[in-house]
Amino acid sequence: MMLDEQTRRDFPILARIVNGRPLVYLDSAASSQKPRSVIEAMARYYETSHANVHRSIHTLGEEATELYEIARDRVQRFIGAGAREEIVFTRGTTDAISIVAEAIGRTLRPGDEILVTDMEHHSNLVPWQVAVRDRGARIRSVPLVGEGILDLTAVDRLLSERTRVFAFAHVSNVLGTINPVAELVTRARRVGALTLVDGAQAVPHLPLDMSALGCDFYAFSAHKMLGPTGLGVLYGRRSVLESLEPARGGSEMIKEVWVDRATWNDLPWRLEPGTPPIAETVGLTAAIEYLEKLGMERVREHEHALAVHAVELLSAIPGVRVFGPRRERGAVVSFAVDGWHPHDVAAALDAEGIAVRAGHHCAQPLMRWCGVVGTSRASFSVYNSVEESALLAHAVAGLGAAP
Amino acid sequence: MISVTRPVLYSEAIRERWRRPRFRGELSGATAIAEDVNPLCGDRVRMQLTLDNGRVSAARFAGDSCAICTASADVVAELVQGRSRAEAVALGAADVLGVLQADVRPTRMRCVTLPISVLAKALS
Repeated sequence: MMLDEQTRRDFPILARIVNGRPLVYLDSAASSQKPRSVIEAMARYYETSHANVHRSIHTLGEEATELYEIARDRVQRFIGAGAREEIVFTRGTTDAISIVAEAIGRTLRPGDEILVTDMEHHSNLVPWQVAVRDRGARIRSVPLVGEGILDLTAVDRLLSERTRVFAFAHVSNVLGTINPVAELVTRARRVGALTLVDGAQAVPHLPLDMSALGCDFYAFSAHKMLGPTGLGVLYGRRSVLESLEPARGGSEMIKEVWVDRATWNDLPWRLEPGTPPIAETVGLTAAIEYLEKLGMERVREHEHALAVHAVELLSAIPGVRVFGPRRERGAVVSFAVDGWHPHDVAAALDAEGIAVRAGHHCAQPLMRWCGVVGTSRASFSVYNSVEESALLAHAVAGLGAAP
Repeated sequence: MISVTRPVLYSEAIRERWRRPRFRGELSGATAIAEDVNPLCGDRVRMQLTLDNGRVSAARFAGDSCAICTASADVVAELVQGRSRAEAVALGAADVLGVLQADVRPTRMRCVTLPISVLAKALS
């Protein structure tokens, strides 16, 4: 049985009719849909167990705290982290990256460098730009070659003892390129640089093992992996997290407070100021359970097959250009249609019930490399079918010469 | 592959001005120039105007934008010609939509208003 035949009925929203047609949702890279089990777990939490975590000495508070900390254990196991203290809950991928960039930013000295790549999402560029500002540090970037892969010779040239952090995406949200994380981490470690991996487009689609990747930080969002919005995860190697001086203060993250100073709580709470998104972590637990039941190896195979199928169908259409590697790719397919602006493509497809993303995908430096203002992008998840990628190609083929 | 019968996406006026804009191009001797982008999609519009005695005597637009935004820029360049500075600044989305004979969804309204705000910037 195809994966989508098993999963489809678990996602209530997929029964929607959009513009008179059954919804074909091909925008999961922006935000995935949610299975009933996630929606119900969050509702059940609010109906039966909600209270604030950690400080409430009453039954509901204990239940909420237990659920919150169970989510941490589930995330730890799901991504193969060595210890629960290495899992920090954040508001999203952007927030997770910012927590690291803010903390390291305060330690940057003139001449220090942050290395990024030309395929980064703005979320893995702008926090670093803010971090280096006024500190005499600078950002350098790894260029792309060929179908849109990192220039590995340039990586070695750009990494030096001045490099404090090498920050890069695991999977490009535009090209679908899968970067060789372990290899890049090894090279960065040779010069003593820390590594931060933006895993937003990888965690929902690939089996992961932090111990095999070896990176210092790994950031991702719940809402792209069948979970709720407003929640992200920062994984950090324990020894590195220990050395990270918190840049943000508030409740939860302290041991003892005076009016003019405080001592910090233990990890991971030290990096979680304020009341966290509790119901969202309950939803994330349900999302992880859902993905684990499917099996991430099977998820990867299914989505890879859909992406490769879409690449083949789309690139066979005259006037259509597909970006990124043809075979070694993640679950996103970006394309351009002659005579059509990407927004008009998205509007035309929407009229047929097909939801795709169009625009710069928060990757403007990459758009410049591609030589376009934006692209149209189809992205796949566990509920998408081969028929849907064929429907997409059929609709694109029928667009005609111009809007 | 068989062709699909698609519903008409945009009004005839939008489609016509996207395919054959009348005021796209460079304006040599332009006296007021402005450019801006739509942060949501990266679309870019540049307006070039020539002002004679406080009146817009010529206008052209350039840039990289979707059909709605391009059509809007074309209409703005057309409508603004012959207007005084005050009359030009008063140009609004309703005027453009009237010429385009189109209702635009809220998510695409910025495509209509970008050329209008670029015009205001050029005149300020």
